[in-house]
Amino acid sequence: MQEVLKKKSAEKRILAPRESRKTIGNINVQNPRMVCRNVDVYYDDKQAIRNVSIDIGRNEVLSMIGPSGCGKSTFLRCLNRMNDTIDSCRVTGEILFDGKDIYDSSIDVVPLRAQIGMVFQKPNPFPKSIYENVGWAPKIHGLVESKAETDELVESTLQKAGLWNEVKDRLDQPGTGLSGGQQQRLCIARAIAVSPEVILMDEPCSALDPIATAKIEDLIDELREQYTIVIVTHSMQQASRVSQRTAFFHLGDLIEVGTTENIFTKPSHQLTEDYITGRYG
Amino acid sequence: MSSVAKKPSTGASGGSGRERAIDIVNRRLAKRYRVEKRFRFYGLCSIIASVVFLAVLLTSIVGNGYTAFFQTYIKLDVALDATMLDRADPGGSDYQGIIKKSINKLYPEVEDRRSKRELYALFSSGAAFQLRNTVMENPDLIGTTVTLWVPADDDVDMLMKGHIKRDVPESGRRLSDKQLGWIDRLAVEDRIEKRFNVTFFTAGDSREPELSGIWGAVKGSFFTLLITLVLSFPIGLAAAVYLEEFAPKNLATDFIEVNINNLAAVPSIVFGLLGLAVFLNFFGMPRSTPLVGGLVLTLMTLPTIIIASRAALKAVPPSIREAALGVGSSKMQMVSSHVLPLALPGMLTGTIIGMAQALGETAPLLMIGMVAFIVDVPGGFTDPAAVMPVQIYLWADSPERAFLERTSAAIMVLLAFLILMNATAVVMRKRFEKRW
Amino acid sequence: MMSPLALLLALLLLSAAGYFIGRRKALYAADKAGGPNMLHSRPNYYGVLTALWCCLPAFFLFILWLAFEQSIITSLMVADLPPGLRNLPQERLSLFVNDARNLASGNIVSGEITAEMRAAAAHYVNLQGIGKMIAGVTVLVVAIAGMLFVHRHITPELRARNQVERAIMALLIFCSTIAIFTTIGIVLSVLYEAVRFFQQVPVTDFLFGLKWSPQMAIREEQVGSSGAFGAIPVFAGTMLISGIAMMVAVPIGLMSAIFLSEYANKQVRAVAKPLLEILAGVPTVVYGFFAALVVAPVIRAGGSQLGIDVSSESALAAGLVMGIMIIPFVSSLSDDVINAVPQSLRDGAYSVGATRSETIKHVLIPAALPGIVGGILLAVSRAIGETMIVVMAAGLSANLTANPLQAVTTVTVQIVTLLVGDQEFDSPKTLAAFALGLVLFVVTLFLNIIALTVVRKYRERYE
Repeated sequence: MQEVLKKKSAEKRILAPRESRKTIGNINVQNPRMVCRNVDVYYDDKQAIRNVSIDIGRNEVLSMIGPSGCGKSTFLRCLNRMNDTIDSCRVTGEILFDGKDIYDSSIDVVPLRAQIGMVFQKPNPFPKSIYENVGWAPKIHGLVESKAETDELVESTLQKAGLWNEVKDRLDQPGTGLSGGQQQRLCIARAIAVSPEVILMDEPCSALDPIATAKIEDLIDELREQYTIVIVTHSMQQASRVSQRTAFFHLGDLIEVGTTENIFTKPSHQLTEDYITGRYG
Repeated sequence: MSSVAKKPSTGASGGSGRERAIDIVNRRLAKRYRVEKRFRFYGLCSIIASVVFLAVLLTSIVGNGYTAFFQTYIKLDVALDATMLDRADPGGSDYQGIIKKSINKLYPEVEDRRSKRELYALFSSGAAFQLRNTVMENPDLIGTTVTLWVPADDDVDMLMKGHIKRDVPESGRRLSDKQLGWIDRLAVEDRIEKRFNVTFFTAGDSREPELSGIWGAVKGSFFTLLITLVLSFPIGLAAAVYLEEFAPKNLATDFIEVNINNLAAVPSIVFGLLGLAVFLNFFGMPRSTPLVGGLVLTLMTLPTIIIASRAALKAVPPSIREAALGVGSSKMQMVSSHVLPLALPGMLTGTIIGMAQALGETAPLLMIGMVAFIVDVPGGFTDPAAVMPVQIYLWADSPERAFLERTSAAIMVLLAFLILMNATAVVMRKRFEKRW
Repeated sequence: MMSPLALLLALLLLSAAGYFIGRRKALYAADKAGGPNMLHSRPNYYGVLTALWCCLPAFFLFILWLAFEQSIITSLMVADLPPGLRNLPQERLSLFVNDARNLASGNIVSGEITAEMRAAAAHYVNLQGIGKMIAGVTVLVVAIAGMLFVHRHITPELRARNQVERAIMALLIFCSTIAIFTTIGIVLSVLYEAVRFFQQVPVTDFLFGLKWSPQMAIREEQVGSSGAFGAIPVFAGTMLISGIAMMVAVPIGLMSAIFLSEYANKQVRAVAKPLLEILAGVPTVVYGFFAALVVAPVIRAGGSQLGIDVSSESALAAGLVMGIMIIPFVSSLSDDVINAVPQSLRDGAYSVGATRSETIKHVLIPAALPGIVGGILLAVSRAIGETMIVVMAAGLSANLTANPLQAVTTVTVQIVTLLVGDQEFDSPKTLAAFALGLVLFVVTLFLNIIALTVVRKYRERYE
């Protein structure tokens, strides 16, 4: 439900046509994992993202911040083509992954999404057991074949997600029975179970209490060693805690990109400064 | 990380020696897409199957039924001999005799009794009634010769429509070679032709296919539905308004809800049993009448109407209720002047759909004796009557080939009414769809 | 004498008059007290109150009269019969009364018309006339009295609106309890006759007997021909046909729903959904005709091509067509529950790289399963209670067989054949229909309640 509402609100908050604003800061990184160039996103005729170009580096956490409706979630959903499920959505420009445009007709979304996983705003575990929540996706992809392999993968994945000790005695119970924070870590476990290379997180802590949030943030920090993580957040503290680079979006434009430290200590753009100092948001 | 050969490593730290997860994924992809395609194909097949069923159903009905809208008539020159007709009392004359005489004049060579009977059998017994009506309307015709197109017997009609095959041996068909010869002569003399079947739309039921029509059933359906509508709409509306707007949440209203939802799914024949036991046997109401039929159908359609009306009321946003209460109207005034008008289109749509359901319902009406053979077109709520679906059932049971096409034609008429009603409902729903 | 319709019309006119009289009285009273603002309620409410008092009690009386007219008049007539007739045994007397009544209303009489009967009929007509007259007058008098009663009480202080609203509320409550009365009516009417049946045929014989041949019971004098009322073959036939129907309807209906909600684009949906709705709107008598006219002969011909003997009233034909009838039902219920599965679950599955069919099979269907099962139970209940298709396409003889190519009979077919045509009351043959009706009602009630509870719980989970 939440997801649908979000989509709707994104569709509504579209602005009159105008020129895109230039991005301040260095969008390039060395040896990037993903490269986005001149990305525009439309819902029907209305533009939601304007000419966004940014690199996503390896083993970094990139956070995307901005006032609500700025298009950061829309942009995130473009990165693994989750926007395909919305009929009216259209994406132009280039998003390169392994040197290939993911919107190229030759690209198949199924393996793409196996490589670029996603964690959603509201925890959405499948109505299955905890074990199956983690083991299902590797099974359909053929990453595990025997029961023993699955057991091993489920255990190692849940350990990576820091959930193993809490759930090891009740793996056969439904995932929906866990607490909110546990559910979100289960969803992260579900995403990393298929060994993705990039994990997209869409405000993963917005539905959680501070303690659960802290656990997830710790987890993100650990996962950074193995994965590239892009996280959308509305909490500037969170962005400053977990990310190395930060991108600031405003009304569909990418206003400023830089190291998290720079963005939060000496922002170059007036809008960025106003936002991080809490003038609006 | 362990480095079992198959075990995938995560991408970012994936070294050259180990297999990347994506390669395993890609390897299985073709197989997964085959499954995907097959699944999608099953889905498509299901839809196509449903559509094909519908198409076969409709074409078989239309294919069987369209011929019933035309009927074979024979031209007959009838001499209205003044000696056989009493000018003072034209109603009492032997019209059957006059018709027979006219037929004899057409075939003077037919003399023996058996052949004569076979000859007369080509003409419908309705010919005499038609002649009588003609004379009664215009007694001045007596003494002249009139040319009448009288209905042919259903066997002749079936022959003309190709349902009785000539190449079958004589013993295997309902018309003898002799009769075929007579019919051929009529054809040569241009005395036989198919015309639009007015009788079908103006007559009641009859044992003779060529004289039977659905007007009686249409009127019966009309009276029955009128009763149903007059009772079920206000009651359904009142019940919905109470349950949605006023009812407290307690066990009693829960019980009412369970009852309504269950009644919506109770087999219709059970309502027939209720009607038989309560309305006929207990209250002694007259059998086979639209009154009782309407009562039974009311009970049957009420749940549908209540459920639809409640949905319509639910769709009215609470802000409107708050606004009405805010200007100081009582709850009853709020409902009657603000909520009801907004919900009314939805309620009417639900009612039309309920009425369409009632129009097609047969089983409960069988229980209350609406299967009787009724020739007269009903004139009121307490006249014995048939309704359209029951007429279809009765005709479908009749052995004559000619009733087969009439059954199909009656189904076409019934479906036309149903489509009309449902289309009205759809248009209304489109027209009044939420404006807030 | 006044026909009920005319009486009703008169009542309506009186109420309309009452409305204006009451309204005027209120305005008049208000004038005297110092202007229309002195009234407690708006003048219209006084009018409505007067109209209500005028028509409600009278209407209630009118309904009572309609309900009991016949029994009152009949008992009066019986009381006036010559003593010789009055002392006849109960069955003979009721037969005589029936005949006399039929004679009076111009219907066909079963036996010979005797002079006594003619006299009784004439007396009956006479009584009917007097009764109608008395009823008419009483109803009108009560109406006027009610009107006058309120009229006297109309003062500016009278809280007319509150009273009217209370009356309307009572009416609303009454209307919503009709569902309860209907259920009670069904239970009582079916139970009452069924109990009488079970007094003649033991319950265990009925529920567990293997032979069903109720037609034998017509000739009561014959020894050993009381008919056989073992309903197992009837139940088995019902289950066979319903089973075939579900085998057709569930996969096709479910897959149609899945295809329409998950695969089809807008255009396909815009075409396919109305077509399915048409399929749902076709009356069952049409399906019955279709089964008997098209499907059964095709199956029979197909069977003889293969050298298999197929009955012309095979369970297969009836079940197949019933399945077609239920497809849209299953499909629309499944469509509802599949659409109720939150989008976030689909997103979750797609985000780990599941294909559409994997998402549907492993996430959507398990999530929607309770709702789908509830829908299927409702469909089963519908199949069991379906009447016209089986009446027209299934057989009458109760064969205990699992062979779908043979003719079997069903509960509903038996109810119809036992109750249509000439009925003898109190014969086990007629009463058996009610016993079958009781079983039908109980079974479908059970299925419905489980299904509705399951579906409601399911909806609450995702709301």
